[in-house]
Formats: sequence, structure tokens, C-alpha cells
Amino acid sequence: MSDELKFHFDVHGDNFTSAGEASVEVKKKLRQLGFPPDVIRRVSIAMYEGEINMVIHARGGEADVLVYPDRIVIVLEDHGPGIANIDLAMQEGYSTAPDSVRSLGFGAGMGLPNMKRYTEEMNIESTVGVGTKITMVVKVQ
Amino acid sequence: MAVYKHSVSLEEDKCKGCTTCLKHCPTESIRIRDGRAVINSDVCIDCGECIRVCPHKAKKAIFDKLEDISPWYKWRIALPPPSLYGQFENLDDVDYVLQGLLDCGFNEVFEVARAAEIVTDYTRRYMRKKDIPRPVISSACPTIVRLIRLRFPYLCDNVIPMLPPVEVASRMAKEEALKKHPELKEDEICTVFISPCPAKASYVKNGISQNRSSIDYVVSMSEMYFKLIGAMKAEHTPAVSSETGTIGISWASSGGEASALFNDRYLAADGIDNAIKVLDQIETGNFPKLEFVELNACPGGCVGGAVTVENPYIAKVRLQSLRRYLPVSRNRVDDTGEPSDVPDEIMLGSPITYAPAMRLNANRGIAMQMMSDIEKIDQLLPEIDCGSCGAPTCRAFAEDVVKGEAKVEECVVYMRERLHELLNKQKEGKS
Repeated sequence: MSDELKFHFDVHGDNFTSAGEASVEVKKKLRQLGFPPDVIRRVSIAMYEGEINMVIHARGGEADVLVYPDRIVIVLEDHGPGIANIDLAMQEGYSTAPDSVRSLGFGAGMGLPNMKRYTEEMNIESTVGVGTKITMVVKVQ
Repeated sequence: MAVYKHSVSLEEDKCKGCTTCLKHCPTESIRIRDGRAVINSDVCIDCGECIRVCPHKAKKAIFDKLEDISPWYKWRIALPPPSLYGQFENLDDVDYVLQGLLDCGFNEVFEVARAAEIVTDYTRRYMRKKDIPRPVISSACPTIVRLIRLRFPYLCDNVIPMLPPVEVASRMAKEEALKKHPELKEDEICTVFISPCPAKASYVKNGISQNRSSIDYVVSMSEMYFKLIGAMKAEHTPAVSSETGTIGISWASSGGEASALFNDRYLAADGIDNAIKVLDQIETGNFPKLEFVELNACPGGCVGGAVTVENPYIAKVRLQSLRRYLPVSRNRVDDTGEPSDVPDEIMLGSPITYAPAMRLNANRGIAMQMMSDIEKIDQLLPEIDCGSCGAPTCRAFAEDVVKGEAKVEECVVYMRERLHELLNKQKEGKS
């Protein structure tokens, strides 16, 4: 059998209202593949938070989802401002989101903490002024 | 898995094989095969969209006819929902509708709105429970319940495990009739629901989560409407009077059920596409902290059902004036016991469960192989979603091809390109 399924999404930074669409697409595919409800939910939340982050902070980016029979790997990559202090960014409630975004109900500082909470592994590589790459793994029990 | 019985069907000779229903089906359950629409019953949710949009009136809902009611039943109870009251022009009192039903041959009338008020009372009690998943999602719309079962596995536990008002009405009606008429036997009584939509007819055929329905017949609101118009012309003083308050009547339109909970942390959405968007957001967690979510598949709520007569928004306005001088609620439950107690007989015996009808194959390895093949075929297709192949989108067509239900040659655009390639090759060969 084939090793992995790979799905690629361009997350557009110019249109805030379309943020979250890749997450819904992934959810549909995982449902068709018959993954357990809990796995689907965790992937779609982690993916959603990541997507929103890329739109808010980095004017979009790219998302790749690799599906293996026993795990799902989400790779989010952008060429935004980078994260200056990752430890601080991981704290619940810490946010650098602009007011324009907060007025829409985003920017509560729960994005990264939620991504960590709902995945088994999470790795952040970020360079200020260059961009950020986040890799998350959701395992299928 | 038991086969789900539907209430939407096709009149074959009227169907032209156009792609209108194909394009409007929210679950992509329709295909055009041999020039006719075919519904995949595994994924149809009986929302009635195809009935609404069919330009040739080929889609219809299956209901019982009044003439179908067995003469064996000695006591026939009509169950009118509040949406029925909004169908009549210049109606200033619900009693005329109830009398009209008696004049149409029913022995008794039991208003579904009465049961709705009981369900409201119990829902308030249920909401006091500490350990329930929130937001609580209404179980009243059978299309929404089925949609959640098929597509939102994680939200099954959020659906309130409570019987819908129409079921509570039927059970209460039969109980009351037996008390009032001890000479009747239980199987001599039948309940007849006057439905605004095909989904409730399907509900009666299938029950909800292993609870069989006690309703015996379901007739369509539009059929009953024309009979009632005739009967109500008599205009004699009604011998029955409505026992419904504002809350019961408000259930007919979107937001009525939720606002009756006296808890402003609720959301009410109507129309199947809007409902799907809300469910997607709840599942993703991109959702405010709310207590209750009321979703109606039809625009405007039950007044927008596919077999109602009146424009849903006009019906809603009429209901607003009908309920104006009514008490808030006239049907309440005993205030005894724990404040969060709900009796077993009103609860579903077992919770709503996930029915994974969307998955490609029960074996994940095979499903992954299939999806990989689908991606490859999808690349060959033009992405114009023209529907000529009989599938609603190019993506759905690619899935059909991999499932063996269609051949890639059925895509006219793909074939035209192949033909051009072939002709070009021939030309090159000649020159």
C-alpha cells in the first residue's frame, strides 16, 4: 500500500473571511478516510488555529498535511515576521495580534497553546524577519 | 446497519435529467444516471432542497393520504404543528383551525405546540446538568440530527437526547385519549401528524436512535391545507379551544425554541447551508461559549418546510399576531424532584450515534489508496463542475470513478481534449 497521502493548501493572507477553509477541507478528507472522530477534531482544531495565525501575522502561507495510517502530520510554513520569543508566545493569553483582528474575536492568545494541547508533537522553527515553520503530529491510537 | 427509509422520491417521467437538484443537494447525494436523477439513500438527509428547486416538479415527498387511514381505527387524533397556523390568511384564532380539523373527520385534535412547551420545560431542566457537552444542540429537526450523525461525529453527544415535540405530542395524545375514553383500546387509536416537511415523515418511518415513533400516519401540510380551507369556510363557533401559549407557537419559526429557554447565550440558524457552517465552526472550536444551538434545515424554521403553502416569512408574521394575547406558556411539567431531573420517558433510550456513511472504505489502507487515486483523477478533470457527467462536482466525479460508479470517459471536457490530441497526432503523422 502507498506510504502517505499529501495535501497541499495555499493559505491566502489577503482575505480574512476565507481563513479556516483548509481546515474544513482536511476534515472532509479525514472523514472519508474513516479516521476516528477524536483524531479528526484534533487535526481540524490544530489546523484551524495555525491557519488563522498565518493570516493574522504573516499574510498567509502554505499548509501541508501528510496522512499516514497511524498519524497525521501538519506542516505550516510562512514568510512572516517570525516569533521573537517562542516561550512567551506559547503562554496562554499572550498575543501580538492587532486591534483590528481582536475586534473580530481573534487574538485571544490561545492559538499556539491550543495547537500544542490538541497534538502529540509540536515543533516551532522561527527566525525573526524570515518566517516560521510549525510541524505538528496527531497520532492515531 | 438498518436501511434508512426516505421520504423524498422521483417521478421518473417528469425528470429531464437537468442538473438543478444535483447542484443544490447539500450532501452531494444525487447523481444523474441514464438521464434521470438518482438519490443515494445512504447520504440523503431528507432536507427537501431538491423538491424546492426542481423546475419540472419531478421530486416529491412521500406522505400518507387521509384516505389511507385504516377504517379499523375508531379514534383518529390530528397532530397539527404550530407552523400550520401560519398558513391561513386573516386567521385571528387558532380554534378555527382546530375545529376545521374536526370537521375534516378527526375525532380529536392534539396540538404539537403543547408538547413543544413541555419539551421547553424539560430542556431548561436538562441544561442545568453540570456534566453535559455544550453547546447543547436541539434534536427537534430530523434533518439536522441526521446530518450530525453522518457528518459531525464529534457533535453527536451535544445533541440533546430528548424526544422531539411531535413524538411527545403523539404519546401524550394517546395517553389522554385512553383516559378520557376508557372504552377505547390502545390499538384503536391512531395519531396523524400534519407535516411541513418530508424529514418528519422520514422520522416517523425510522424513529430516532432506536426509539420507534408512536405516530401512525403523516400527511402533508399542503394537502391538509386545501381540505381545511374548505372546512373552515363553515365558520361555525369552534367547539374546541387551543391550549397553547406563546412559547408553543414560537417553535414554528427559527429562534422560537431557543429563546424560550430564557437564556440569552444561544444561537439559532436556519437554512441547511447555514446550519452546516455553524456545525463546522462548533466542531473546529471556532465558536463562542454558548449554551444552546437551535438549527433548522428549512429557511425561517418549520414555517419554511418544503410542503408548506405560505411564504415562510409571511407565515411568521401571522404567528406573531396569533400569539400576541396568549399566556407565555400553558403546558408545564411538575416542579418536583431535582431541578435538573428529566424523566426517562422523554429521553432517548440511547444517544445519537455516528453513522460513517462518508468514508470511502472501512479499511483505512484501502481508503487511503482510493483517495490517492481520486487525487490523480481529479488532476485530469477541468474543475468547472459542469455536471454533464452526472456528478455535482469534478471532485465528486473523481470519487465516483474510483468507486467504480462512473468511467472517466464520461467527462465530456476530458474526452474532447483526448480527441484533439488524437487529431493533432494524426495530422502530424500525415504531414
